[in-house]
Amino acid sequence: MTSTLTPVRKRSALTRGQLPKAAPYIVLAVALILGAAILALIGFNAFGWGVVSAILFAAGLVGWSLVVEGARKAKDKLATCLVVGAFLVALLPLFSVIWTVLINGLPGLLDPGFLTTSMNGVTGAFDNKTVEEGAPLLGGIYHALMGTLLITVLATLISVPVGLLTAIYLVEYGEDRALARAITFFVDVMTGIPSIVAGLFAAAAFFAVVGPGTKTGAVAAVALSVLMIPVVVRSSEEMLKIVPNELREAAYALGVRKWRTILKVVLPTAISGIASGITLAIARVIGETAPILVTAGFATTINTNVFSGWMASLPTFIYTQILNPTSPSNPDPSSQRAWGAALVLIILVMLLNLGARLIARIFAPKTGR
Amino acid sequence: MSKRIDVKDLNVYYSKFLAVEGVNINIDAKSVTAFIGPSGCGKSTFLRTLNRMHEVIPGARVEGEVLLDGDNLYGPGVDPVTVRSQIGMVFQRPNPFPTMSIRDNVLAGVKLNNTKISKGEADVLVERSLQGANLWNEVKDRLAKPGSGLSGGQQQRLCIARAIAVEPQVILMDEPCSALDPISTLAIEDLINELKDQYTVVIVTHNMQQAARVSDKTAFFNIAGTGKPGKLIEFGDTPTIFSNPTEKATEDYVSGRFG
Repeated sequence: MTSTLTPVRKRSALTRGQLPKAAPYIVLAVALILGAAILALIGFNAFGWGVVSAILFAAGLVGWSLVVEGARKAKDKLATCLVVGAFLVALLPLFSVIWTVLINGLPGLLDPGFLTTSMNGVTGAFDNKTVEEGAPLLGGIYHALMGTLLITVLATLISVPVGLLTAIYLVEYGEDRALARAITFFVDVMTGIPSIVAGLFAAAAFFAVVGPGTKTGAVAAVALSVLMIPVVVRSSEEMLKIVPNELREAAYALGVRKWRTILKVVLPTAISGIASGITLAIARVIGETAPILVTAGFATTINTNVFSGWMASLPTFIYTQILNPTSPSNPDPSSQRAWGAALVLIILVMLLNLGARLIARIFAPKTGR
Repeated sequence: MSKRIDVKDLNVYYSKFLAVEGVNINIDAKSVTAFIGPSGCGKSTFLRTLNRMHEVIPGARVEGEVLLDGDNLYGPGVDPVTVRSQIGMVFQRPNPFPTMSIRDNVLAGVKLNNTKISKGEADVLVERSLQGANLWNEVKDRLAKPGSGLSGGQQQRLCIARAIAVEPQVILMDEPCSALDPISTLAIEDLINELKDQYTVVIVTHNMQQAARVSDKTAFFNIAGTGKPGKLIEFGDTPTIFSNPTEKATEDYVSGRFG
């Protein structure tokens, strides 16, 4: 009897029409085919195919959804298409860069002796031989790698104490005084200083103090620390600010002095964020070219003394290899070395970012029972 | 190991704003004193002036005297750090140090001040403090685990253990149970009863039943209106305050007819 009372309907009154689960894939396939057809008419290229297909896909899916599912779902699909599209556009250059550097850099990197030899004594004659007679490629980036590491380590040693202590002053002692506000303002200004200006500043300072023409790794380190300090101050300040005041009060109420509270309660609580901030600041300056060019010059020989003599670094190595190939008539070996150095630089930055995550995880306050 | 506190004509200011006015109160050693009153009447502010913790807030200052067994906390040359090592404090929300284990949290007062302590002495101190805070049996097998893994009530008792580990004369508690469930609250109230054998305890509470249960004496604070200073209206034995107060405002407040 009950069956006669319940009207027989195809679908629930609470829903509207729905697209099949495979709808996006169907539309994508159609869009790709249509896109290829359109591009074939005006001359095919992969980039245009991607753009035309993406537009066709969005229009097709939204239109179909509008007909079957109604306006609300169609808007939802449109928003999804826009968000995913923006994401792809943002990722495209990144993957393109990594892919290009990987393809071009791997031959250089896999070359035996690339990481362990310098450019000392490598002349155009060797490169000509490599190209014309197939002799093994000579020369490597050992000197530039050492230069980059030494300059960056020295810059970090200068920047971290200055930056961290400034952040501690701003958060723990500044109390919105005029001095604290002035420091915050100038740190913000420093963040925007072009890197070449930092390089010129360091060069000029050393010219004035030590003597004209002073170009050493230490000068480059000073230039890099000018760029690094504001980043360290900013990130450390943010990390110290989010340490709950309750922890400071808890320490004060136990009769602990302010400096001990900062040293043993506030800093350990914030250390994971501070450490990863510092690592990211290092990653930020490790690829600087211009300030190093005007402060440390460039060298083809190994120099591990940052206080004397010109010093090579990976960015300046890439710059000189591309701009002034070792053999002007056969620039290919030089550009191979440059791509290899670029790949090493990107790997270094990636390792630093992974290191930052690792540090954050290791130092993070432990929870658990 | 406990001292009395006498307050004479104390005014508390936040910059130019007079927050608490003209408080005179005598708190006996080895007793529990409860501060009750509506929100914003200055009882927490006043409690903080008893160990100079208000100085952490920029612009806060006091006029008048707070005498700890006759010594003025605000006398010339008195170091607030010395004051705080004698007058401990437990806060509204449990705040164990997240980077430290349970054991290190109890030892925080000692370790943060770099006082040398042998492992044996430290073990004794940890056990005694946790016993004193009724927490020993629950955590004795996991002293090396982080303090933040405990329940809210356990964390608050850990904070009390941390406060009594530095062996203060007085313990101030600023609404210590307001973030806790009834069972944890009961545990803390039992603990307060035991603490008064050794310490002078001052507790701020919004819970009048709690004040009636745990305190020997009760002080009622009130505020005439927004922007006016808070005042101590009445101070007396807890049974008197709750059953036969002198002031009309006190009677209205404790009987729930306030406002």
